Amino acid sequence: MTVLAVNVEKRLGTLELDVRFSAAGGATALFGPSGAGKTSVVNMIAGLLTPDRGSIALDDTVLFDAAAGIDVPPYRRHIGYVFQEGRLFPHLSVRQNLDYGRRMTGRTRDVGEFERIAALLDIDPLLDRRPRMLSGGERQRVAVGRALLMRPRLLLFDEPLASLDGALKHEILPYLVRLRDDARMPMVYVSHAPAELRAIATSVVQLYAGRVVAAGGLELLDKAGGDAFG
Amino acid sequence: MLDLSPAEWTAVTLSLRIAIVATACALPFGIAVGWLLARKNFWGKSILDGLVHLPLVLPPVVTGYLLLISFGRKGPIGAFLDAYFGIVLSFRWTGAALACAVMGFPLLVRPIRLAFEAIDRGLEDAASTLGANPLLVFATVTLPLALPGTIAGIVLCFARALGEFGATITFVSNIPGETQTISAAIYTFIQVPGGDAAAARLVLIAIVLALVALIASEWLARRAALRFHGE
Repeated sequence: MTVLAVNVEKRLGTLELDVRFSAAGGATALFGPSGAGKTSVVNMIAGLLTPDRGSIALDDTVLFDAAAGIDVPPYRRHIGYVFQEGRLFPHLSVRQNLDYGRRMTGRTRDVGEFERIAALLDIDPLLDRRPRMLSGGERQRVAVGRALLMRPRLLLFDEPLASLDGALKHEILPYLVRLRDDARMPMVYVSHAPAELRAIATSVVQLYAGRVVAAGGLELLDKAGGDAFG
Repeated sequence: MLDLSPAEWTAVTLSLRIAIVATACALPFGIAVGWLLARKNFWGKSILDGLVHLPLVLPPVVTGYLLLISFGRKGPIGAFLDAYFGIVLSFRWTGAALACAVMGFPLLVRPIRLAFEAIDRGLEDAASTLGANPLLVFATVTLPLALPGTIAGIVLCFARALGEFGATITFVSNIPGETQTISAAIYTFIQVPGGDAAAARLVLIAIVLALVALIASEWLARRAALRFHGE
């Protein structure tokens, strides 16, 4: 069953982005070298960047359709987004960061849900700290928790581990795998690191210079030859 | 030591009242204009920027005169306010507050604009993916992050309003108990024989008020910085 259907065109400077793919559940890797347009595609799914042409649909909901004039704003898309740099709010505590989505949408507090996700990501000891006082790995775990607590229909990751060193990557990946398998959260995961994608992805969409050059299973990561896109 | 006469006390409290009202009324406009100048491109942006900064470079007496001919009872805006809202500004303390607000406005807008420009737009994007509509993004992310700059602007505007002389005296004159601020009172006392002592007392108060405003802003700015960067 198709969960996410993306068919977008956009001119970005010299890059002519023309990307079509669909994804079932699981974790779809957007894989390719820097400048291939991976982040732009994810931003379009989130609603932060408007395509020139095309459409984006999630389950039965059309999020964007240029021809029909549909463009659901990001705050109504219910898509969680974990950014490369975390983007935690510096003026709020970890607890307030985690609670932000619930407050903005006016949902009532669900203590059980909050505690379950804080435990899943091992962030309960950090709740009263400011983002500045967190390590890179802790910051990204809080960012994942914050995105999860807004009850997303889809989670987007834009190189969430790129700023972390090797040991920290291994600290976070197991949490994401748990999320994928236990919570059955559909994901789109951007990276140019094959090793990272082998751990998390269930299918691969390979981008090069703004186009999809291949789509399939994890074997695409091997063909890409690991270091070529390092 | 400071044995103020009732007239001197009146000048001090009136100055504070005028400066507080001027700053408070200018603040929403200062935030709006600072945001517009930082974030939006529109026709006439440089004209707006120039208009905002004009009171900084014009002789204050010119600003006061322009206020008088537009907000005076026979001026177009003044006549309108009088006819429809019963608001009279000329020769009233409210007029002094308007003059002070106009004179302090460029000092208010500038740090607010710089603060808006310095904000990482990515944080606003993050807030919108978490379900915050644009108004909520502004209220919960943009404005709090611009707080240190806003405090700096408030203090500068308040200090300017407290010391304003030229535009105020031109627009609303120098009426004891109504429009005679500390600055105007000092000027008056210096003009009359034997007024030196009274002038000196008010000068001392002006210095103390300015220092208190500076220290308060330092303290507030440090608290705001701690909120962002520390425990």
